[in-house]
Amino acid sequence: MVKKIAIALAIALTATGISHAATDEPSASRMHLVGMRRITQDQYRQIIADVFGRTIKLGGRFEPDQRDAGLLAVGASQVSVTASGFEQYDDLARSIAAQVVDEQHRIVTVPCKPRSGQGADDACAGNFLSSVGRLLYRRPLTQRELTDEIKIASDVSDRLHDFYAGLSLALTGMLESAQFLFRQEVASGDASHLTLDPYSKATRLSFLLWNAGPDRPLLDAAEHGELDTPAGLDRQVDRMLASPRLEAGVRAFFSDMLGFTAFEGLAKDPVLYPKFSARVAADAQEQTLRTIVELLLTQNGDYRDLFTTRTTFLTPLLGAIYKIPVTTPDDLPDAWVRYEYPQDAEQAGIVTQASFVALHSQPGRSSPTVRGKALREVLLCQKVPDPPGNVNFALVQDTNNPDFKTARQRLTAHRSQPTCAGCHKIMDPIGLALENFDTTGAFRALENGAPIDASGEIDGMKFTDAQGLGKALHDNPAAAACIVNRLYAYGIGRSTTKDEANWVHTDLTKDFVAGHYGIEALLRGIATSDQFYSATKPEIRAGDPASTRLASEGLHQ
Amino acid sequence: MLGGAAVTVGLPFLDCFLDGNGVALADGAPLPTIFANWFFGCGLNPGRWEPKTAGKLVDLGPELEPLRPYMTKVNVFSGFKVPLDGKPAQPHITGKIAVQTGIVAAAGQKTALPSVDTIIADTIGTKTRFRSLEVSCIGSRNSESVRAGNIMNPSEVSPTALYTRIFGPDFTDPNAADFTPDPRVMARQSVLSGVKDQLTDLQGMIGSADKVRLDEYLTSVRQLEQQLALELQKPEPLKSCTVPQKPAGELPPNAEVTTMQTNHRLFVQLIANAMACGQTRVANIALTEGLSTLRRSGNAVIHHTHTHEEPVDPKLGYQPNVTWFIGTIMSAMADMIATFDGFREGDRSLLDRMLVWVSTETGYAKVHSTDNIPTLTIGGANGRVKTGLHIPTAGDPISRVGLTVQQAMGVPVNSWGSDTMATSRTITEILA
Repeated sequence: MVKKIAIALAIALTATGISHAATDEPSASRMHLVGMRRITQDQYRQIIADVFGRTIKLGGRFEPDQRDAGLLAVGASQVSVTASGFEQYDDLARSIAAQVVDEQHRIVTVPCKPRSGQGADDACAGNFLSSVGRLLYRRPLTQRELTDEIKIASDVSDRLHDFYAGLSLALTGMLESAQFLFRQEVASGDASHLTLDPYSKATRLSFLLWNAGPDRPLLDAAEHGELDTPAGLDRQVDRMLASPRLEAGVRAFFSDMLGFTAFEGLAKDPVLYPKFSARVAADAQEQTLRTIVELLLTQNGDYRDLFTTRTTFLTPLLGAIYKIPVTTPDDLPDAWVRYEYPQDAEQAGIVTQASFVALHSQPGRSSPTVRGKALREVLLCQKVPDPPGNVNFALVQDTNNPDFKTARQRLTAHRSQPTCAGCHKIMDPIGLALENFDTTGAFRALENGAPIDASGEIDGMKFTDAQGLGKALHDNPAAAACIVNRLYAYGIGRSTTKDEANWVHTDLTKDFVAGHYGIEALLRGIATSDQFYSATKPEIRAGDPASTRLASEGLHQ
Repeated sequence: MLGGAAVTVGLPFLDCFLDGNGVALADGAPLPTIFANWFFGCGLNPGRWEPKTAGKLVDLGPELEPLRPYMTKVNVFSGFKVPLDGKPAQPHITGKIAVQTGIVAAAGQKTALPSVDTIIADTIGTKTRFRSLEVSCIGSRNSESVRAGNIMNPSEVSPTALYTRIFGPDFTDPNAADFTPDPRVMARQSVLSGVKDQLTDLQGMIGSADKVRLDEYLTSVRQLEQQLALELQKPEPLKSCTVPQKPAGELPPNAEVTTMQTNHRLFVQLIANAMACGQTRVANIALTEGLSTLRRSGNAVIHHTHTHEEPVDPKLGYQPNVTWFIGTIMSAMADMIATFDGFREGDRSLLDRMLVWVSTETGYAKVHSTDNIPTLTIGGANGRVKTGLHIPTAGDPISRVGLTVQQAMGVPVNSWGSDTMATSRTITEILA
């Protein structure tokens, strides 16, 4: 039976002109699984749109992503799929597969026509499954995988007397398989120096630049060995950097780095701050992403200018928060409008935007400490230690205390305690510079009737207000080093090893500086480096079998 | 084989038949013992919750006063701690990890050990449609339920979504007159079988950490297979199973107190229905996270911030706002008990066959203390647990409670916890 299917498949593939047949079985003895990253919600959505078109609706829910070392991209290397998460992937997969083969979509999504709609057609099923499987698994299916998928489609089609029902179920299986849900990176070589296989290279590259799976040209390049040559790799990197899809990749990285998933649970007290809504929260994220895209991609500007730029984009809803009148065309009331802050405005740079000051605040008030911690950890990649136990916080923000009207006065009192002074010294002076922005991002000159003093100091640079803080961040070498480190860790899905960190801090950072702090130059530097495609052998702990096996009872229960 | 005779189905919905009253199985054994984890953050005020006398529960501290109607069904444990042994505490994290998984994690470390509820679920939850159900009453997808390898079971935040998951199209009413297996379900089983088989290609090329993750993925695939197997057979009738209406009055999830209380009531009712209908035997109910973000409408300061900043009122001797939040949490606990206790199964209540473990992550939250962390058990676990007791200690590791809870639920374990939390001292006073 299997042989018969294989022959039918070979005929089908030849007939349809598909350039490669399924690959041989992987040689497990020489290959190592060096990375296994669960695809994120955004990546899942993007892949479905790329493979089946944007008319496929994704109505289900996703298992939440997790953050580690400052990035969801790193957390993705540590999560699995829980029972409730798998139920959700199953719902999504069945819904997507049913749409893909329904009468509306099949003309486009399933190019071949079955001999009969009432039963199996292995050649047509094989044609479809090998073609979409290559995009979903980000590599050609192995011969065994393809044979198995065709068999599922065939059995179900015959049993239910419906060719498309069989195809739909086989596709469902692909969409809930570990091969699809996890980016599996495979490497080979000697133990001290492993290199990713061409398809894993293509995958790493594509998610870095586009936040999506590899497209057909990139998979073709992998198949033909082009990614193993500097010239071939350069060609693909050039093509992908020149594509409009780069914007999605840049947006995805900054959404991750800036922690925008926290907006999902962000609420402001509606009695105290009635203007803040879920819509404002969404617009706040979009404002910052538009600011980033404009400066880094459209203008090909200097990353550090994100901390000082006066150019941004607003909607009327955001204008209401910032107290800036925003006028839009009558027929487009929610349109985005480009806006230049005047020279003397308090706002400048992304840290004065609501996506930063509102995200790093409490529901009912601002928090200089939380903001200072975020500035250090998110934008400068510096870890602030946890607070010690047995600390009395009584003075910090008792806003009714007549002696301590402003946050500065309350925090100064708190910092007088020696156990607290060390850490607060590195957070508060920079967080206090943003005190002119309340918990929603609105400007204020007074707190409890007392004028706000927004002066401060960071790593030896003094400033008097938020604008000055932006300039200090711009000039702080840690800011540039941070983006280089984060982007590289984002690409490889883990924290850097010691050797990698050396390379990142010297060569890659030097290239970034030489490239005038441009994001495209940095992406190119990463995407064309050997380091980006190297790997280390996975650790097998004592007690595990030498060649680690999955729970065998799990496979055959 | 699809649609034919040679279909292998999973274990039956219940182990054997029920007796005529619906309160016990035909052989006289009671309905299965069930477990719920009920978690809240930021502890209680020391000196205001502990009963004064040991042994039989004859009094309650003022903060536990809402539980008075249920004194005979509750055990209170006081004086238990997380011994830090010189390790720095990560506020609200160290305590939570220690109470739930029995280890004091080093700074910045995440636990790799499973939480008590998942150990229990792996013992008693493998034959039901859902191994466990997790809910959060404040809109967070996080939960206290962690499987080996730091894999967290995410919470449902919407009662309506939970309703659909349990009682939606895939639910089979055990009391329905008709039963027609859907041949498509068998087809789906074959798909899942293929999904598992494809993983064999990874044998021999995978490291230990990723193996744990793939094993968890496999466990999840098998859980869905279990659900499908159950859909293919007619379940035994369950007299006390009533299929609820879709929950009404759900509020958009967030940490505002009224919202929390409303959604908590809806969640607890749904969990009671799910347990009575044999859909699960384990539930995790997170009233708040460890760092409680509960807030009052129109008030700028959240519960957690109050615990640190609010001065102790010299006349009252405690923090009034913090204590107000504690009051709302204790009322919610009383609501939960009332729902489970009020759910009748013949002449008994659902609570009679339940063990609810109530825990928090902190003793005195004002100073992030991990001493004297309040914890309670509620319900008799089918007669396995004696109730109406106060068990005071002078600083025993709180892992003694986690160990005893596991043993009460039938987990074959003699000792539990690591380092300073390691214990083999069961709290025998409460075991029948």
